[in-house]
Amino acid sequence: MANKKQPRMKVAEQPPLTRIDNFLEVALGYSYEEAKIEAMRCIDCKKPRCVQACPVGVKIPEFIKHLLEGALDSAFETIYEDNILPSICGRVCPQESQCEGACIMGIKHEPINIGALERFVGDYGREHNVAQSEINAETGRKVAIVGSGPAGLANAAALRKKGHDVTIFEALHEYGGVLTYGIPEFRLPKSIVKDEIDNLKTMGVKLMKNVIVGKSITIEQLKDEGYEAIFVGSGAGLPSALNIPGENYNGVYFANEFLTRVNLMRSQDFPSSATPIKIGSKVGVVGGGNVAMDAARTAKRIGAEEVMIIYRRDMDNLPARREEVEHAMAEGITMNVLHNPVEIYGENYEVTSVKCEKMTLGEKDASGRRRPVPTGEFETFDLDNLIVAIGQKPNPILKSSTPELKTHGWGGIITDEAHQTSMDGVFAGGDAVSGAATVILAMGAGKEAAEHMNHYLKTL
Amino acid sequence: MYTILKKERLNDLVDFMRIDAPMVARNAKPGHFIILRVDADGERIPLTIAGHDATSVDIIYQKMGYSTVRLGQKEAGDSVEDFVGPLGKAAHIRNKTSVIGVAGGVGAAPLLPQMKAYKEQGAYVRVIIGAKNKDLLILKSQYEAFVDELYITTDDGSMGEKGMVTAPLERLLKETVAEHVVAIGPVIMMKFAAQTAKTYERSVDVSLNPIMIDGTGMCGNCRVTVDGKTRFACIDGPDFDGSNVDFDGLMKRQAYYSDEEHTCKIKLGYHGE
Repeated sequence: MANKKQPRMKVAEQPPLTRIDNFLEVALGYSYEEAKIEAMRCIDCKKPRCVQACPVGVKIPEFIKHLLEGALDSAFETIYEDNILPSICGRVCPQESQCEGACIMGIKHEPINIGALERFVGDYGREHNVAQSEINAETGRKVAIVGSGPAGLANAAALRKKGHDVTIFEALHEYGGVLTYGIPEFRLPKSIVKDEIDNLKTMGVKLMKNVIVGKSITIEQLKDEGYEAIFVGSGAGLPSALNIPGENYNGVYFANEFLTRVNLMRSQDFPSSATPIKIGSKVGVVGGGNVAMDAARTAKRIGAEEVMIIYRRDMDNLPARREEVEHAMAEGITMNVLHNPVEIYGENYEVTSVKCEKMTLGEKDASGRRRPVPTGEFETFDLDNLIVAIGQKPNPILKSSTPELKTHGWGGIITDEAHQTSMDGVFAGGDAVSGAATVILAMGAGKEAAEHMNHYLKTL
Repeated sequence: MYTILKKERLNDLVDFMRIDAPMVARNAKPGHFIILRVDADGERIPLTIAGHDATSVDIIYQKMGYSTVRLGQKEAGDSVEDFVGPLGKAAHIRNKTSVIGVAGGVGAAPLLPQMKAYKEQGAYVRVIIGAKNKDLLILKSQYEAFVDELYITTDDGSMGEKGMVTAPLERLLKETVAEHVVAIGPVIMMKFAAQTAKTYERSVDVSLNPIMIDGTGMCGNCRVTVDGKTRFACIDGPDFDGSNVDFDGLMKRQAYYSDEEHTCKIKLGYHGE
């Protein structure tokens, strides 16, 4: 059936000039017809490399086969066995370095657009309420989950299916963690996150917002209240700083603040939403990851005229998903690569320009990428805002109130192969353990930890 | 939703509220703060915990911005949308035998539990409260109930000494053996109180109130420069050693959204200023 010559089916998108004035989704996804045509390109490998490359092992050729047969419910159920958030992962996974990067079709031709197919099937499942999770008989075991981001959601779903009494505690006033405060609406509509949370509620997972574990209630207090196993999925909520002069000037945002103001506090609707945001006409964004692209594209949408990415390596080394870089460039965002900020200048405590050192690429470093090397040449750019998006470290709140919870020097929680921390009955996963990574890796960790927690609960 | 159990008007600008919030009350200590949202479109605003019992938390707020004015329109029996905490580090009650507390305006509220803690550990406690005029002075009787010496200053001289809190502070630092100063109030007041303490070689703690969003270290909006280093008031503070805080930078950061604040006030029907 597979037609190797047939090109990869393009995904319809909002045109760049239209979308820079709105927050609606950029990629519009496949129609059923388009999804079927793309699905036909899958050659159904005997040893599917895509499955191996998927952090949660979604049975990709199998769901694609169901899709081709028109058995959409089965396609959804196949994905859902391994991934409870297909609508989200289809949109935000870095497919080119996972499933699609491994796709054998990509060697001579173009890889199957697995992300778009997953999204299509995920959306079908959501819209038709296909997810019928069987819940085992109630065990009466209470489980507490810290954080309602991807790690916590995956952990909650898996443990609830085993019949445990699961409660998620969220620090903010809305659920979803980085899916809600971090990833913009135009890349991941919040209605999808809300649907997935509602789905968990239907399964019987309890959610409590405005509770900061470590402050409102400690790990010890949770145990005293009868929670027998605890999963920490508190994420990477601590921005990394450039640590250069001028970083505290007005007009310099950390990406987390900038994105939270828009995504969580809806400051683009100010004053009907009470949280303001300020954006000038010229904006620089430091960093080359997805967060940097999200911040740059958000800046454009709330009124910046010129937006520039400032990144110290080159285009080939941008850590962002390729699609995000392409979308950003189509939206007129310029890529100022091989530049590293060294000082921020300001007047009256407000940023006016940033001085950057030009870089070149040297030997490979520990990450396997060529190390940026300073050239001694400098260039200064006039700016109204500078957004710092150079990474996040694990949030320190839980650690500071729980000294017995062992962490690495950089803040990551130390766990063993069973995802257990230094504290008995306390497990952890996602960015809180790995440092800032991806939604799918966090979900994978949450799901895997759930297996071990289920086993642990049985031994009690 | 979090129910307002009690509301009292302390003066034209300042209210007291008791909020039903067991998850905040449980671990609350002096120096902690909360973040609340008045309604579903509301901002997240930080307020210091003025007191608490097992299930409820007291706040004292000045109706000076959009959100505090909106909060002031609520009455006992109404509720606020969100109420989370306790946030920040609890106040560091130092091992001192003689302290001076300095409060400006609504700063008298967060200072109160700290001064009580000093009194409980046996320190000699002097407190200076300053306000614009006698009508805006708060918590006078609560302080009178336990402090060893109380000094009042008002800008217009309608009560106590006319002028700034720094005048009696300077006198006390010259004339007494008080070892330590705690100053809480408007940034400009904390700046001068800290300078005065430094001049007379006394240690000084201040409580900083930059703009915040999440209050958990996630966004970095509340960063302040202390000893030349960037600190987050929400998780490293709100209390800091006041001798090396960049108060001028903090004032500028606090004023960043003043135009937008004006827009919001117009929405509330305020005009002028």
